[in-house]
Amino acid sequence: MENNYYDPADLKKFGKITEYQKELGDKYFSYYNDVFKEGALTAREKALIALAVSHTVQCPYCIDAYTVDTLEKGCSEEQMMEAVHVAAAIRSGASLVHSVQMMNKVKALTHG
Amino acid sequence: MKSLAAKRHPLSAAARQVQLLEDPVHDLPGFRETLERHGIRTLRSTALGTLQVNIGKMCNQTCVHCHVDAGPDRKERMDRPTMEACLQAIDAHQIGIVDITGGAPEMHPDFRWFVAEVRKRGARIIVRCNLTIIVSNKKYRDLPEFYRSQGVEVVCSLPFYTAGRTDRQRGDGVFERSIEALRLLNAVGYGTGDSDKVLNMVYNPAGAFLPGSQSDLEQQFKKALLKDHGISFDALFAITNLPISRFLEQLQKSGNYEEYMEKLVNAFNPVTVEGLMCRTMVSVGHDGMLYDCDFNQMLEMPLSAGMPRHIADLPNASVIGRNIVTGRHCYGCTAGAGSSCGGATT
Repeated sequence: MENNYYDPADLKKFGKITEYQKELGDKYFSYYNDVFKEGALTAREKALIALAVSHTVQCPYCIDAYTVDTLEKGCSEEQMMEAVHVAAAIRSGASLVHSVQMMNKVKALTHG
Repeated sequence: MKSLAAKRHPLSAAARQVQLLEDPVHDLPGFRETLERHGIRTLRSTALGTLQVNIGKMCNQTCVHCHVDAGPDRKERMDRPTMEACLQAIDAHQIGIVDITGGAPEMHPDFRWFVAEVRKRGARIIVRCNLTIIVSNKKYRDLPEFYRSQGVEVVCSLPFYTAGRTDRQRGDGVFERSIEALRLLNAVGYGTGDSDKVLNMVYNPAGAFLPGSQSDLEQQFKKALLKDHGISFDALFAITNLPISRFLEQLQKSGNYEEYMEKLVNAFNPVTVEGLMCRTMVSVGHDGMLYDCDFNQMLEMPLSAGMPRHIADLPNASVIGRNIVTGRHCYGCTAGAGSSCGGATT
């Protein structure tokens, strides 16, 4: 066992999750591969979405993987960072929009 | 920046590069072994359609990824008798495509003479132009007009459609000067859809990653260069960086060598083998030595045993059907959609 929670080499072992549950693992990878195929969205658009979501879920494996993927798909640094800002804006917005609840509560408690 | 040769870097020696690539300490299958695993027992040439001529290593740029280790400090260049021997080989084998490369081939004092001589023979002429050479000195500013007058197909190189990534690979200000050169090429009709003035663009990743879909990249480059700079070109060739010379040194220095090699090996696509450029070409070094491709040339891996060694011996030799000399660097041409001097091979 490594003495840390995240090891970059573990990303290569992702496919081995089928070892303990083959059927569900295979279904997951089949679904995953289908999701990233060219569809109504281009593969490039999907890669940028994946990069943004990777930052939201704060998965270092996903960030590594989709940084490479977006580079390979010809995205510029500006496009990649804008995608992360979209994730950050939604994430911060999600906190801020809850402040309406706080304001509601304040007003309910203070008759204000 | 100096070339590896000028710095006397150990990797400036081809033998050291081959030693590193074939080192058994790296747990990677040999290229032959992989071919055999896919039922490909022999890799042979099928035609002699292209003669790729590297007329010298001198270049006005010193790009960090250059597999030739070219630069202003490289003085090696092809002499006139060797160029004449190339012309004799073109005549003898009726070679249809002559691909002139370097360095910056335009810096060779006999470049224009050689192009004109090839043109007289009716071959299609490709010149691999780094763009900035056109605006590097007054004496090169008429190159677009020269290319036009000789019916040259220009294959220019631009690593990316933004300045930041291009300049990191090629040096400060290279993007801006490349744009200026592209405008001069467009001004004489290159890259505007005219089949006599073809301007193709080479994209190679600016780092330790593989090129994506060539057609998608072409669309992105066309859209960005037209919108931001009013520039057009015909086709984009997406080329994989091969682990040779300065790119190999970069991979080692940045700690990406093993991961990159694994990536190339894992991306091996047997469908690419049929279209490998080495099967239809012969590459000539500045000293007249013969190779299966430009990459083998840089690794000093000559044609297989029994084949001619020098261009002077090519006119009277048959090289079709020869065994292609391979090594682990060949994974660069078989990864994903395949890679060649003309881009993807599938």
